[in-house]
Amino acid sequence: MRNIRAVAANTFREAVRDRVLYNLVFFALLMMAAAILVGQISIGIEKDVIISLGLTAISVIGILIAVFLGVALVSKEMDKRTLYALLAKPVHRWEFLLGKFFGLVMTLGVNTAAMAVGLYAALWSVKHPLAPADAYILVAVYLILLKLALIVALALLFSCFTSPFLAILFTAGLYVAGLFAGDLRTIQAVGLDPATLRFMRGVSYVLPNFQNFNVMAAVVHGQPVPGSFVWSATVYALLYSAIVLAAAAVVFSRRNLK
Amino acid sequence: MPQAAIEIENLSKEYPYGFLHLKRKKSLEDLSMRVEDGEVFGFLGPNGAGKSTTIKLLMRLIFPTSGSARILGQSIDDVSMHGSIGYLPEQPYFYDYLTAYEVLDYFARFHALTAGDRHTRVAAMLKKVGLDTAKKIQLRKYSKGMLQRVGLAQAILHDPQVVVLDEPMSGLDPLGRREVRDIILELKREGRTVLFSTHVLSDAEMLCDRVGVIVGGKLRGVGAPGELVDMKPQGMEILFELSGEMPNVPLLAKAMRTGDRLRVQLPDAELYAALDQLKAAGARILSVAQIKPTLEEFFMNLVEADRAQASAVDVSGK
Repeated sequence: MRNIRAVAANTFREAVRDRVLYNLVFFALLMMAAAILVGQISIGIEKDVIISLGLTAISVIGILIAVFLGVALVSKEMDKRTLYALLAKPVHRWEFLLGKFFGLVMTLGVNTAAMAVGLYAALWSVKHPLAPADAYILVAVYLILLKLALIVALALLFSCFTSPFLAILFTAGLYVAGLFAGDLRTIQAVGLDPATLRFMRGVSYVLPNFQNFNVMAAVVHGQPVPGSFVWSATVYALLYSAIVLAAAAVVFSRRNLK
Repeated sequence: MPQAAIEIENLSKEYPYGFLHLKRKKSLEDLSMRVEDGEVFGFLGPNGAGKSTTIKLLMRLIFPTSGSARILGQSIDDVSMHGSIGYLPEQPYFYDYLTAYEVLDYFARFHALTAGDRHTRVAAMLKKVGLDTAKKIQLRKYSKGMLQRVGLAQAILHDPQVVVLDEPMSGLDPLGRREVRDIILELKREGRTVLFSTHVLSDAEMLCDRVGVIVGGKLRGVGAPGELVDMKPQGMEILFELSGEMPNVPLLAKAMRTGDRLRVQLPDAELYAALDQLKAAGARILSVAQIKPTLEEFFMNLVEADRAQASAVDVSGK
């Protein structure tokens, strides 16, 4: 646990010193611009627009960081050979991987929390006082964070056995495919034989279902998100991430460094 | 036989290459050797000979195709054993967003040290490698030599029993090399085992109890630098000064001049006759020494033999 904590803290420190959190400035400017513009062009739906725009920005910025930094977590260390001195210490390779994972998830957590504060500030500026239903935004932000953790795990897995470019491609591809996992499960296309349908249904269960984390439509309209939905999404993200990280650990445990 | 600090048995490493990875290149072939407890062992070889491969195998950065190795009696796969060893990678590169203090503190966290111990040791190590005045500067502003010192500091930070250094003198100026040599000698005085790779033979001759020479992935010889090369003298060398005109003595025609001094090399049996001739010519004898083959000559012979063999294989292959 001590080793994982040390690697995680250093990963967080690296992100901060590499100015990853500067994206918050972009987010703050976006929210300020949105708050000003929305008041002028929309009547009655300012709140909806701000929440929708804010959650989308939190998600997109988070995904970009999760994919690009997630892939760089291991590949950069191998490329620059910073890993050599560390792995000669009494550190298991899986401890290194988990430390890297938690370090980036911690960075994303701080980043997402800061953006959530920015979103509430923009919301307050167009409509105050805030309504109790606005608290559901926090649920949406929490689910986005779960989604980002899963993306980091996938990026980490791919970067353990392929080049950074391909790892980015695979992670992004799997994310897009995962957005349609639910549709694939319920598809009833005309002309498809039962075997193909069964295969597609099987694939849909293997793909990470990113729709499990999307509650934006409900939150924008102030509708509550059921507790069971949040629980099942949490368990799903934890289990899926654990399986992906275990696979990454197996691959990385026998990887020859350059 | 007492337990060796490092025991390597039939270690081999092959790398797949080609588009489908169907071809295999041997990087290390059936290496077996021991590094005894408390000795300084030099691992010599030209670039690409297999020195770094062997060290990376010991540090489990890469995995052997066959064979095994133990350090302090424990398998290298035993991660806990790595608490007793220190390692300096070749051309080390550390997190450049950290200061020297932070990077050492980070590495110290992987050893069971209290916060107080960490601080004391990190400060002592920075002083030892001459970086205490630069400890608050980020490593991205460090020179290659300074990074090498950080690498050395992290390798010995936790008081390891066995220290493995991959090209520790690389990139250092003469002063830095001297400091590294002093640190290696200090480690030896403290009873630690040091294995270091180098292609600078004078370093090996100066520091090592024993050396191992590796060429083309094969170990070609292990022993004390003096034992390894044939110690049988190959003749005598006389160093002398001669003032005034050069007399017409046949011996002097063979002499080589370096500044004011002359030196002449001759077979052992001719030494006394030569000394008489020089005395008669009015020369002042400065020294008489045996000519012994150097480690460098031994090393070069091996490298050239290996190249000749490789080209012979190429030709027959064609």
